[in-house]
Amino acid sequence: MAKKKLVVVGNGMAGARAVEEVLARSGAEMFEITMFGAEPYGNYNRILLSNILCGIQDKSEIYINPLDWYAENGITLHAGSPVVDIDRASRKVRTESGIVASYDVLLIATGSRAFIPPVQGLNGPDGEMKAGIYGFRTIDDCDGIIGSAKTSRKAVVIGGGLLGLEAARGLMTHGCEVHLVHLGAYLMPAQLDSEAGRMLRTTMEKMGVKIHLERNTAEILGDANVTGLRFKDSTSLDCDLVVVAAGIRPNAEIGRSAGLTVERAIVVDNHMRSVDDMNIYVVGECAQHRGKVYGLVAPLWDQAKVFADHVTGADPDAAYHGSKLATKLKVMGVELASMGLTDPEHENDEVVRFSEARHGTYKKLIVRDGRLIGGILMGDISKAAYLMQAFDRETPLPEERLSLLFDLGTPPQKVTLDEMPAASQVCNCNGVTKAAIGACVASGKRTPKAVMAATRAGMGCGSCKGLVGEVVAWFCGGDVDEDPSVHFYVPCIPMAKPDLVAAIREKGLKSVSAVFAALAVDGRPDAASKPALASLLITLWNDAYEDERDARFINDRVHGNIQKDGTFSVVPEMPGGITTPAELMRIAQVAVKYDVPLVKLTGGQRIDLVGVAKQDLPGMWADLAMPAGWAWAKSYRTCKSCIGTDYCRFGLGDSMGLAKKIEGKFRGIDSPGKLKLATAGCPRNCSEAMVKDVGAVAIGDDRWEIYVGGAAGSHVRKGDVLCIVTGEDEAVRMTGRFMQWYRENAKYKERTHTFIERVGIDRARAVLVEDSEGIAAALDEAMEAACASVRDPWLERSAPKTENQFAAPIPVDA
Amino acid sequence: MPHVLGPVSQIPPGEGRSFIVDGVDIAVFHTRGGQFFATQAHCPHRGGPLADGLTDDATVVCPLHDRIYALASGEGIGNDCKLAVYLVQVKGDQILLDLTLDASRD
Repeated sequence: MAKKKLVVVGNGMAGARAVEEVLARSGAEMFEITMFGAEPYGNYNRILLSNILCGIQDKSEIYINPLDWYAENGITLHAGSPVVDIDRASRKVRTESGIVASYDVLLIATGSRAFIPPVQGLNGPDGEMKAGIYGFRTIDDCDGIIGSAKTSRKAVVIGGGLLGLEAARGLMTHGCEVHLVHLGAYLMPAQLDSEAGRMLRTTMEKMGVKIHLERNTAEILGDANVTGLRFKDSTSLDCDLVVVAAGIRPNAEIGRSAGLTVERAIVVDNHMRSVDDMNIYVVGECAQHRGKVYGLVAPLWDQAKVFADHVTGADPDAAYHGSKLATKLKVMGVELASMGLTDPEHENDEVVRFSEARHGTYKKLIVRDGRLIGGILMGDISKAAYLMQAFDRETPLPEERLSLLFDLGTPPQKVTLDEMPAASQVCNCNGVTKAAIGACVASGKRTPKAVMAATRAGMGCGSCKGLVGEVVAWFCGGDVDEDPSVHFYVPCIPMAKPDLVAAIREKGLKSVSAVFAALAVDGRPDAASKPALASLLITLWNDAYEDERDARFINDRVHGNIQKDGTFSVVPEMPGGITTPAELMRIAQVAVKYDVPLVKLTGGQRIDLVGVAKQDLPGMWADLAMPAGWAWAKSYRTCKSCIGTDYCRFGLGDSMGLAKKIEGKFRGIDSPGKLKLATAGCPRNCSEAMVKDVGAVAIGDDRWEIYVGGAAGSHVRKGDVLCIVTGEDEAVRMTGRFMQWYRENAKYKERTHTFIERVGIDRARAVLVEDSEGIAAALDEAMEAACASVRDPWLERSAPKTENQFAAPIPVDA
Repeated sequence: MPHVLGPVSQIPPGEGRSFIVDGVDIAVFHTRGGQFFATQAHCPHRGGPLADGLTDDATVVCPLHDRIYALASGEGIGNDCKLAVYLVQVKGDQILLDLTLDASRD
């Protein structure tokens, strides 16, 4: 079968891309391709013309397809030969120079040209445009502007849109004085609103461009050469170079003369085909689809694909449905992203806005029905990728709109698992890569738990556990084996926490060994399960708990935090970070006496004596004569505070006093995970109470906001406000109630931030504040009982609990 | 000749204690099941003090990074480290340890 003839009128970005798409669909076997271009070049990236003007790039660098490309692909190119006539009846096109080509399929991709407004004095006495006036659209325009700028003193750009700003930026590099004249009230009206436009103006003026807004050019002055502009308000401006960047006009005349329907541009259907002629397609800036003419490059790519799919038969149903306009660009060094609307249209459209003129940062989003329908980001476009995706796909937005504008207390947006390179580390503690997890899944381990056991991923600090689970699921193709044991409180007893609690209560099991004997699958102890069970039994039985020390982690046997060399740390209690000279002197004396290698302030406003041998612990505790700080335990740890009302000129509440009360009451309360608290005397939050397991923030009039579930460790999360209470006693009570509920319901090692996300802050408020389950009083009582049963473990210095509890290695000689 | 480490009461049930026997660091364990085991004192991974680890009847967990070892053989469980193990006996109320006898070779 003979090849059909495809003729392309237009050799710009649209025409060339359309042909590339055709070739990609084996179009060379179907079509004999002929292209006509008005410019005497191969096709080039018009977007980069501004770089040529600035001198950043050379002409040779902006060609997309050099002339060789046409020959290599068997394309006949007539460059510098604009088509002037289409004869639809005989299916022929004719160029200015008389070349005639017949077609079976015609593609019109003539693009657009610079719009030169019809002002007085545009042309000189000879009827030609005066010397010194240029559009900004082609390589030739660029050459002309650069040539004139060399000798120009004062250049004027007409037009304050993107192209005008680019032209102004380019002219600045050529040493002339640059003015920009704009009809509108602010710059870049297509992408910005008035405020962003004003901010951009300030930035540009700082860079030396003089901006004249709301100026309508009436006349170009000068005889053969430009000498100035006169405006409709009768003011004028001297200049010797004018660049007109007042917009573009589609090159649609060829369509009109061929009898095609032309409104603003040539009207096409969803296949990018002329509505009048089955054999004529139109793409790019000369096409009008559903009333819209696009001047950006992204829609053009989409249109080229649809054309190629349809014309080659690769997809006869291929259809273009219009493009949502979103662009990211850099103007005069200012980063910008703009999408959709720039101002709300309906009464119910929601506007989220942030403006910081001093730094040139502006962010504005327009939300309709929970979807993003428009936005402007200027200065900081770090959220652009996410927002442009949300805009394009119309995905629902998070309720907390602030998070749309800023990354607040959340980790930076994750790369998707598809994008994640195989070599990237999932678990940093144990150096486990995505590839290693993949290999493990391939070997048959299809649960997160099995993969974690085999690779040790997630077994370090644990902060990547969630991610490990996601990666395993990704490798399993979402088909993860259900592992019921993930719900068990401890691995050797097949019960979730509520069932286990019921069984322990029912059988009256008060020691860890009794629990193993009664409930473990084989009735035998399991080393790894011991601390979790001990923690649970303490919570359930308080004083009645039978404390078997072998069930506890070494930290809880010797009441210090084990260090990498087997030594321990000593942290005395220091509520709210408040100490005295006498205490400090004692601490110093102890540090000297026991030759403590490191004295360090902790994150919890206390003093850490690090590197202490086990056998020195009892003596140091005695010399310190201070209570234990519980810095080793999964328990209430400490309560930080700011300076509160005593001295701070902003203080609204006595944060130091409240911290003391809290610490005095809850010290040593065992819990599933450590509990770090803080009190803040005002919402300035100097003590970081909002990112603590529980935080109390004074808001004046003796009222406190109680935050729960905050974290600022391996995971960062701002706490949720559980409630606002009046009075310190009430603050202490709600703190205790939340902690007791957490103690009773959290999984072992589940910190409050994970717990609160699992149960939901709404449920927490219902149960703890509104008492929806009628358990509030019981929780308060249980907490009271727990507090009453806590003893200072450092008193074991004089009454050791076990044989050789603090012994150094025992020497044995032959 | 085995070394006499002293009375069994030195090591509470379910726990371990460190000894220095003839210059060698040894961890000795007394399980809740009533058995005694001896291994090298430090974890081959990062030197963690194994006598401070959690135990059950068959294993010890290093307190530093949770590596698990079989008490009887010294084999790592889920890791490829291995502990030296020694023969321990109880005579009367005394713990006896033979440094020359590697229990895992039996």
